Amino acid sequence: MFDLTGKTALITGASGGIGGEIARALHNAGATVGLSGTRTEPLEALAAELGDRAHVLPCNLSDPEAVATLPKQAADAMGSVDILVNNAGITRDNLFMRMSDDEWQSVIDVNLTATFKLCKGVLRGMMKARWGRIVNISSVVGATGNPGQGNYAAAKAGMVGMSKSLAYEVASRGITVNAVAPGFIETAMTDKLTDDQKSTILTQIPSGRMGTPEEIAAAVLYLASAEAAYVTGTTLHVNGGMAML
Amino acid sequence: MSDVADRVKKIVVEHLGVEEDKVVENASFIDDLGADSLDTVELVMAFEEEFGIEIPDDAAETIQTFGDAVKFINEAQ
Repeated sequence: MFDLTGKTALITGASGGIGGEIARALHNAGATVGLSGTRTEPLEALAAELGDRAHVLPCNLSDPEAVATLPKQAADAMGSVDILVNNAGITRDNLFMRMSDDEWQSVIDVNLTATFKLCKGVLRGMMKARWGRIVNISSVVGATGNPGQGNYAAAKAGMVGMSKSLAYEVASRGITVNAVAPGFIETAMTDKLTDDQKSTILTQIPSGRMGTPEEIAAAVLYLASAEAAYVTGTTLHVNGGMAML
Repeated sequence: MSDVADRVKKIVVEHLGVEEDKVVENASFIDDLGADSLDTVELVMAFEEEFGIEIPDDAAETIQTFGDAVKFINEAQ
């Protein structure tokens, strides 16, 4: 099950906790992986760890030109892009009344607009191949909202609506588009929370713990697989039951 | 019939799975040849590759019939 031998996958945000684990899972299933991210060092380290079938493709997603060229760079390096995982994301949290236009725009640009452009950039190859998998990493807060994250929640909810629309358009070409919505996962992003914040969050999670990057990667691996061909336009919530949607 | 028209016809026949004699000058891809909107995008992609040209989105929208396609490609080359 879930054999990706011969497939190629581009993963953004592969220098982060969840993205790195997604890359490991797809690579472990046999895929050739393109590791994209802003910080080259962790990407190189991950590529060295994975060995063969790993390409480093640094890209700053807040730079529109870099975003425009990434799909082509990935296709040149790997021969194609069969699987796209839009995992990169940033936060610029602030109370709504204090949120600056720049805080709003930068989160929309990286989390939503770059996702749109990367999806568009890989579609031609997928249409010709009559096979493709796009997995957009959303967030539980895109569905539930979260104080201080008006920008982030808007971008993450936007990814879901965008994924569904695209899923309609390309389903007949063997391309699926889905989202994975992680809850609270142990990463650098959630490390910043205080112990008080963490214990409050844990009371809201029926599983009683935070999730692991491996648990998100497993969901992505499923949606990227041949076995998930009949699953499209859906959002797979991986959140320990904190929001049962 | 010109070489361009032959090559365009071949792409249309292969892509849409229609009879060659249906692909006439005024045949509309969508109304007469059974294409959906995504098919028309794919046809334009195929024309771009076959003839090594760029067809911008606003021009692509004007290519509705077999004749439109042949005319556009002849002018673009």
